[in-house]
Amino acid sequence: MTSLERAARPAAWAEPPAVLRFVLDAWTVAEAELQKLAHDPTELLTRAVQPVLWLLVFGEVLARARAIPTGRLDYIDFLAPGVLAQSALFSAIFFGIAVIWERDLGVLHKYLVSPASRLSLVTGKALAGGLRALVQAAVVYVVAALIGVHLQLGIPQILGVAVVLVLGAAGFATFSLVIACLVRTRERFMGIGQVLTMPLFFASSAVYPVALMPTWLQVLAKVNPLTYQVDALRSLMVSGGTATFPVPLDAGVLVLALAVLLLIAGRLYPRLAM
Amino acid sequence: MPQAIQTHELTRRFGSVTAVDALSLEVRAGEVFGLLGPNGAGKTTTIKMLITLLPPTSGSATVAGYDVATQQRLVRRSIGYVPQLLSSDGTLTARENLAVSARLHHIPGDARRDRINESLAFMGLADVGDHLVRTFSGGMIRRLEIAQAMLHRPEILFLDEPTVGLDPAARRAVWEHVRRLREAEGTTILLTTHYMDEAEALCQRVGIMHLGRLVALGTPASLGAEVGPGATLDDVFTHFTGSDLDEGGTYRDVARTRRTARRLG
Ligand SMILES: Nc1ncnc2c1ncn2[C@@H]1O[C@H](COP(=O)(O)OP(=O)(O)O)[C@@H](O)[C@H]1O
Ligand SMILES: [Mg+2]
Repeated sequence: MTSLERAARPAAWAEPPAVLRFVLDAWTVAEAELQKLAHDPTELLTRAVQPVLWLLVFGEVLARARAIPTGRLDYIDFLAPGVLAQSALFSAIFFGIAVIWERDLGVLHKYLVSPASRLSLVTGKALAGGLRALVQAAVVYVVAALIGVHLQLGIPQILGVAVVLVLGAAGFATFSLVIACLVRTRERFMGIGQVLTMPLFFASSAVYPVALMPTWLQVLAKVNPLTYQVDALRSLMVSGGTATFPVPLDAGVLVLALAVLLLIAGRLYPRLAM
Repeated sequence: MPQAIQTHELTRRFGSVTAVDALSLEVRAGEVFGLLGPNGAGKTTTIKMLITLLPPTSGSATVAGYDVATQQRLVRRSIGYVPQLLSSDGTLTARENLAVSARLHHIPGDARRDRINESLAFMGLADVGDHLVRTFSGGMIRRLEIAQAMLHRPEILFLDEPTVGLDPAARRAVWEHVRRLREAEGTTILLTTHYMDEAEALCQRVGIMHLGRLVALGTPASLGAEVGPGATLDDVFTHFTGSDLDEGGTYRDVARTRRTARRLG
C-alpha cells in the first residue's frame, strides 16, 4: 500500500548488517546503564562496602581461628576471590529490580518499540550488570593488598579476573532479569531475591572448600555457576591458588550459563510490557 | 489515499475481560486521528497491539503497510511511541535519552548529533539538554518524549494520553508542538485522550471507544451534526455511550492514571 509514502520518505541512512546491529544495540543499552551509574554512583559505592567488611571482619577472624583447612593457602588468600565473587553476586542478583522499575515507569516500553532485537536489549542489560562488578573488584583488590593477600598482579591474570568476573556477574544479572520477568512486581522480587541468594552463596566454594560440604551440598555446588566462577578467580587472583578445574572449563561453564539465561531472558523480557 | 493504519476485527482479551472487541479501523496517511474514551475503554490496549508490544488475541492489523504480527521489526522502524507512562529516563540527561533512541534506530553519528540538537531546539529544550530529566517539569518531559519518539522521523506517531496530568499551559504547549510537528513532517498521528477539548483541538477524525468497542467514527463536526445542532463532543460521547465521560474505568485504571499524573506533575 504505502509505496507512495515510502518513496516520499526514503530511509535516510543504511542499516548496518544484523550481527553488527546486535553488538551496537547491546552496547547502546549497556552504555546508558553506565551513564546512569556515572551520574549517581552511590549505589555502586554502597555495594563496595560489603566485601570490605567480609574481608576485614570475617576473613581476619576465621584466619586467626584456623577453623577452615585450605591446604597450603592462607585462609585470607583463599577467601579473597570468594568475597569478590560473592559481592558481585549480591549486587547482580538485585539487578532485576531496576528492570521492574523501568516497566512501572514506561522506559521499558521505549526500548521494546525500538527495532533492536530483544536478545540485544537483554544482552546490553547483562553486560552493564557484569561491568558493574569491576568497580567492586577494584575496591576488593585495594583492601586485599592492604591486609596482605598474596595477589597476582600480572596483566594476564588481572585481565583474566576481569573477564571471569564480568561473565559471572552478567550471568547472575540475567538470572535476576529472568526472575523479574516471572514475578513482575517489586515486592515479590525482593522476597525471592533474598531467598535465592543464600543457596547460591552457601552452595559454592566462596568461603569454604567444596570438600568440607555434606554430600548433598556438594551436588548443589557442582551445578552452581558461582562455584566455577570462584574456582577460576582462585587460580587467577592469588598466587599459590589451587583450582579444582582448569580455567577454560570454568569460563566455558560461565559462558554456557550466560548464553542459556540470555536466550530465556530475551523470550521473557517483552512479556513485562504486556 | 493510502492507509497508515488498518485493523480488522482486532481483539484482545485478558482472562474474561475483553479489552478490545473486534475493532475495525482505518487511519489515513497524514491525518491526526483521536481515539476517545473513558479509562478502561481499551485505548491503550489498542495502541499496544498496533506497536507490537502486545499480541492480539484475534484479528489483524497493519501499520505503515506492515503486519503487526509477522513484520514486527519493520513496524517498529516505522513508528514512534510516547507511552501513557513515563518513557524518558529521569536518571539520564535529555541528550543521553535522545542518543539512546537515535542509536537504537542506527542514525549515523553526524546526523545523530544534528538531529538531537535540532529536536532539542524544536521542542524548546535547547538550554536544558545536559540536565538530568528528573529535574524537568511534566510539560518538559512530555516534549522531550515526543522529540525522542520523532528522532528517526517515523511515518506514524502514537501518543497515548499525551497531556494527562499536565496543567493547562503545559497542555497547550504540547498541542502546539504536536501541530507544528505534523506541519513540518507530515507525520500520521494516532493519539488517545479522554479530553474532549484535546480531540477537538488536534484531531481531523475521532473514533469513540466504549468497553472495547468502536461506537462512533467521524470528524468532530460530523459527529456533532449526527447528535443535533450545537452538540459538543461531550454531548456526542454521552449520546453514543449512554454514560458520562468522566465515569467508567476500574480501580486499577484510575490508580494507574493517577500514578502517571503524579510522576509527570
Ligand atoms: N495487562 C493487563 N492485564 C489485565 N487486564 C488489563 C491489562 N491491560 C488492560 N487491562 C484491562 O483492559 C481494559 C482496557 O484497558 P486499557 O486499554 O488500559 O484502557 P484505556 O487505555 O482506554 O484506559 C481495562 O478493563 C483494563 O483493566
Ligand atoms: Mg490508557
